[in-house]
Amino acid sequence: MMTGALLEVAAILMATALAAIAIAPWLVAVFPMEHAPDGGPDGDRRLDRWLEAITRPVLRAAGAWPAKEMTATEYGAALLLFHAAGFVLLLVLLRCQAILPWNPDGLPAVPWLIAINTAASFVTNTNWQSYAGETTLSPWSQALGLTVQNFVSAASGLCVLAVLVRGLVRRDSPTVGSFWRDLVRATVGFLLPLAILLGLLLASQGVVQSFATAIDVPLVDGALAGQKATRRIVTGPVASQVAIKQLGTNGGGYFNANGAHPFENPTPLSNLLEIAAMLVIPVAGCLAFGRWVGDRRQGRALLAAMAVLFLPFLALIVRFETRPNPSFAAEVDQSPSADHEGGPLEGKEVRFGPAASALFAISTTATSCGAVNALHDSFSPLGGLVAMWMMQLGEVVFGGVGTGLAGLIAYTLVAVFVAGLMVGRSPEYLGKKIEAREMKMGMIVLLVPPIVTLLGTAAASVLPAEAAAASNPGPHGFSELLYAFSSAGNNNGSAFGGLSATSPFWTLALAAAMLVSRLLTMLPLVAIGGSLAAKRTVAESPGTLPTHTPLFVLLVAGAVILVGALSFVPALALGPIAEALQPLSIAEGPP
Amino acid sequence: MTHDEPAGILADPGAILRAAGAALTKLDPRRMIRSPVMFTIEVGAALITVLALARLAGQPGAEHPAFIAAVAVGLWATVLFANFAEAMAEGRGRAQADALRKTRSDTLAKRLTAPRREAATEAVPSTQLRAGDHVLIEAGDIVPGDGEVIDGVASVDESAITGESAPVIRESGGDRNTVTGGTRLLSDWLVIRITANPGESFLDRMISMVEGAKRQKTPNEIALDILLAGLTLVFLVVTATLLPFSMHAVASAGRGEPLGLAVLAALFVCLAPTTIGGLLPAIGIAGIDRMVRANVLATSGRAVEAAGDVDVLLLDKTGTITLGNRQAASFLPATGVTERELAEAAQLSSLADETPEGRSIVILAKERHGLRGRDVEALGATFIPFTAQTRTSGVDLDGRQIRKGARDTIQKAVIAAGGAMPAEVNAICDDVAKAGATPLVVIDGTRVLGVIELKDVVKGGIAERFKELRAMGIRTVMITGDNPLTAAAIAAEAGVDDFLAEATPEAKLAMIRRYQQEGHLVAMTGDGTNDAPALAQADVAVAMNSGTQAAKEAGNMVDLDSNPTKLLEIVAVGKQLLMTRGSLTTFSLANDVSKYFAIVPAAFGGIYPQLGALDIMRLHSPTTAVLAAVAFNALVIVGLVPMALKGVRYRPLPAAVLLRQNLLVWGLGGLLLPFPCIKLLDLLLAACGVP
Repeated sequence: MMTGALLEVAAILMATALAAIAIAPWLVAVFPMEHAPDGGPDGDRRLDRWLEAITRPVLRAAGAWPAKEMTATEYGAALLLFHAAGFVLLLVLLRCQAILPWNPDGLPAVPWLIAINTAASFVTNTNWQSYAGETTLSPWSQALGLTVQNFVSAASGLCVLAVLVRGLVRRDSPTVGSFWRDLVRATVGFLLPLAILLGLLLASQGVVQSFATAIDVPLVDGALAGQKATRRIVTGPVASQVAIKQLGTNGGGYFNANGAHPFENPTPLSNLLEIAAMLVIPVAGCLAFGRWVGDRRQGRALLAAMAVLFLPFLALIVRFETRPNPSFAAEVDQSPSADHEGGPLEGKEVRFGPAASALFAISTTATSCGAVNALHDSFSPLGGLVAMWMMQLGEVVFGGVGTGLAGLIAYTLVAVFVAGLMVGRSPEYLGKKIEAREMKMGMIVLLVPPIVTLLGTAAASVLPAEAAAASNPGPHGFSELLYAFSSAGNNNGSAFGGLSATSPFWTLALAAAMLVSRLLTMLPLVAIGGSLAAKRTVAESPGTLPTHTPLFVLLVAGAVILVGALSFVPALALGPIAEALQPLSIAEGPP
Repeated sequence: MTHDEPAGILADPGAILRAAGAALTKLDPRRMIRSPVMFTIEVGAALITVLALARLAGQPGAEHPAFIAAVAVGLWATVLFANFAEAMAEGRGRAQADALRKTRSDTLAKRLTAPRREAATEAVPSTQLRAGDHVLIEAGDIVPGDGEVIDGVASVDESAITGESAPVIRESGGDRNTVTGGTRLLSDWLVIRITANPGESFLDRMISMVEGAKRQKTPNEIALDILLAGLTLVFLVVTATLLPFSMHAVASAGRGEPLGLAVLAALFVCLAPTTIGGLLPAIGIAGIDRMVRANVLATSGRAVEAAGDVDVLLLDKTGTITLGNRQAASFLPATGVTERELAEAAQLSSLADETPEGRSIVILAKERHGLRGRDVEALGATFIPFTAQTRTSGVDLDGRQIRKGARDTIQKAVIAAGGAMPAEVNAICDDVAKAGATPLVVIDGTRVLGVIELKDVVKGGIAERFKELRAMGIRTVMITGDNPLTAAAIAAEAGVDDFLAEATPEAKLAMIRRYQQEGHLVAMTGDGTNDAPALAQADVAVAMNSGTQAAKEAGNMVDLDSNPTKLLEIVAVGKQLLMTRGSLTTFSLANDVSKYFAIVPAAFGGIYPQLGALDIMRLHSPTTAVLAAVAFNALVIVGLVPMALKGVRYRPLPAAVLLRQNLLVWGLGGLLLPFPCIKLLDLLLAACGVP
């Protein structure tokens, strides 16, 4: 059965690759780069006219037409303003839930702490959920509050990528594009059509999409003593939200159980679609990058660096999750058979199985999606480590829509800086000199997430009341704390599980981690774009460090691993590593 | 100026002692803060020292006082070794500076009340001369300061600056009108206008550069400092958060102790990029110092770095690509004239000709036809020297009128005398010109004897060097005043990528601008005042020391040897500087991995004994493991001092090859080397009885 599982994994990756190749030219056209160094057409002209035609009325209605080119400072300010406005709007919406329409169950206003945490979470594309969707939020809040943020937070990630690419492509330019124009083009011209398509495909698999309220159904076996004879089944506009939560690497489920809920992810095919949807835009972003900078090898190299970081760990996590848990080797038959691919099933859905669950887990943590279809808390210690580490690498292995690639470019700039020196040139990337300002901003992008993650975990682990939020003792409990802050501090949003993060400390600390990490990576990236755009382009020669070779790919991947490993190895040693190495507890316990 | 090998200084016990002393005085925190990495280590060292003293004084604590003291020693050693490296580099520079300073000895200058030789003079100490003062210098005087000659011609001994003993001529006007303070007048007199205030002269700037006293951080150093400071910050957070993490772990495991401050400090010093952070200033100073050793004085560290980035070299043909002057290469006789006859006439016409071309004709005639030199006077001949008016030279002998000169001049002379230029001689001249050489036509009266081919001789080995440069991505452009035909032929022979013929200063400037527009960084050499605009525009501009003040002001380096070929060396030094920085950064970061394997199991073994599985080096005890890692971290700085001073091995190779090699040596080497070293230090500590 192992072969079947591997074929399934291969099929999903293949489908992702094909879809990415298909949408890359579209993404190129969303942000035309005003040049064509390879002599080819600069994006699809017809697509560009069509995008402009749908962007213009939106901007005109908002009074932002004609879109004005902005300096990096103006662009950053617009981005910040947009986040602030989104935060306030969502907060108001959640607090006023009780008096707003489309609230069939008459849910009350969302409590302050949860509302703040949720607003921070969705505005930052994190989608950490300190609430249970079906019992806390009305369809109005889900659709007009969360889903809107799912779209625009993903779009702002793409905007940051566009600025960075313009920085590399433009010469002596004081401006980096128009935020409002980029935002509308990315949302209406790119994410919306893709999400509609995916939503329809998911609905075909049985993902619910309904304006109906909850349904009360009679129990087949009748009522147990002292309980109601009916069960309430919540429905709502699910498919539309699931589509964008996967595509936009948001990850916030309509239901508390997220991708494990049969209404969100009913079949193996919907599972395939949802995994592919998480990966497709980040992969397409790499391919588009090559076209934007006029050298497709550059995009392929960055994709290769991501693949080098992803595939070995995919193999590891599938291995860890499909091999029998030695603690129960004697009691439970975990060997592969006709109807079971082998490995422990606790916390996993049988309709997906361990391999597809492992693939979902690493895809959702490698991208900054954070949707889950299994309980990561129940994974083997090392399987959990892989998922956790993918986030701790700074969400640059695919990462968030736009931001993941932008983050990897920041890593590339740092790698180029050191490697460039090693070949005796003051460093440059794609013809742009890397100097003090790029270095300063690049280091902020690289270092804010690990610092936020470590400081947050440290605070949680010394406050006994807050550390007790972890439901497990020993190293596993520490993993639960570390995972939560790794998720919030890297804008992933997935939950390990086993943590009751509803105290004021947890809700506010995680909200702060999400906001700081998101803004202190996006704004420096915009600044890098601005400072690069203002530079002239240095000519290429055999003395220039080539940035498309396998060696360079390994160098970039090595830089990511080095920073990730050096920042987190001691913490991981006290969590999953100590847990994995500990003697089998079953041997000590009673027979 | 001396050219001693770096190894010489490294082996000099005096220099090492002086550097050790300087390392202590450099502990001043106000100085240390310039290097953020080492400053944090110094703060850590001070903190752990206080802790060790408190524990020795009886304060309670978990860690053994001797262990804390040992970690404190390790931290101080790291800081001191880094200071020592910087002091060593400065020490080498100071030796150079002292040599320069000797030439600046205080002399009494004869200040003129008016810029005329006849004007009254007053004796003024040279240190009080201001820019704009006029000074009279006479034979035997030391030139009191940098200046421009406004009157007079004199021979000057500049060996104090250049090491070259042959005197040079300095005169007003033209391109040889500058004098440098500290040089000595051998003959005649000069009136100069002082061009630099005291402390701002060329020499002063060079002294402060080589001493590193006023050294500004270069943009690249600043960027690298930011990288290192960022890493230091994150490692500070990593180690600081381990205290709460370990407290949590102790609470949940129910055994062990939270990490002590000494272990945390030890981990921090091991992770922080101390190797590169400690050696960075030394690398920068040593780079400038290597320039000085090549007899090139850079006005800033930035210029040295830029030299590594240059990808277009504008090279003057004469002196750089060709040997200098054109030389006779062959005799091409007209019909009815033997080659020997032509050679004889050519030789006679050149016997008294002292120009290099003339001498080369005599030499060729002797080599090819065994014609010996004869005394023109004894022959009773009259030598007609070359003048700008006649544009020919020659000899009148026994009624013969032998002349040689450029084709058009000779043609006019022949026609004027009633003769005619044979078509076949014209054809020979065309062939010679097409091959890039210069034809000289020789006539006897109206009889045209033939043509002497004067060729530029390309320097041996220069084509190979250009090939190397091309492999490194550096374009070479030959600059020459020759016509395009001649220029093209020489360019092809020398193997340059491009040439600029009939170069005017404007054309040079335009060419530099064009290259820069295309994104290239351009280096050039120049000496004349008319070179100044181009020098100012170029990214790396090397002025010849023999050149004018204007050229020196416009350039950012001065070559004391006035050797245009030096540009190639300058590029190499610049690249080597950057490569050394990059390689040691990689090494420093790669080192960290092994230290985790030493320290993490040692630190957490008490809480989770199963983490002992990570102790792949099988170290003696947690104490020796931590101390071995700290000791390695400190010792590696000392071990790499020679490396930092000499620079990594530099070879002209394409970037892809260089990256592969340096990654292999410094990346992989940096990853693996610490494992055996830490194990060895651990065995040593265990053998010394450390528990």
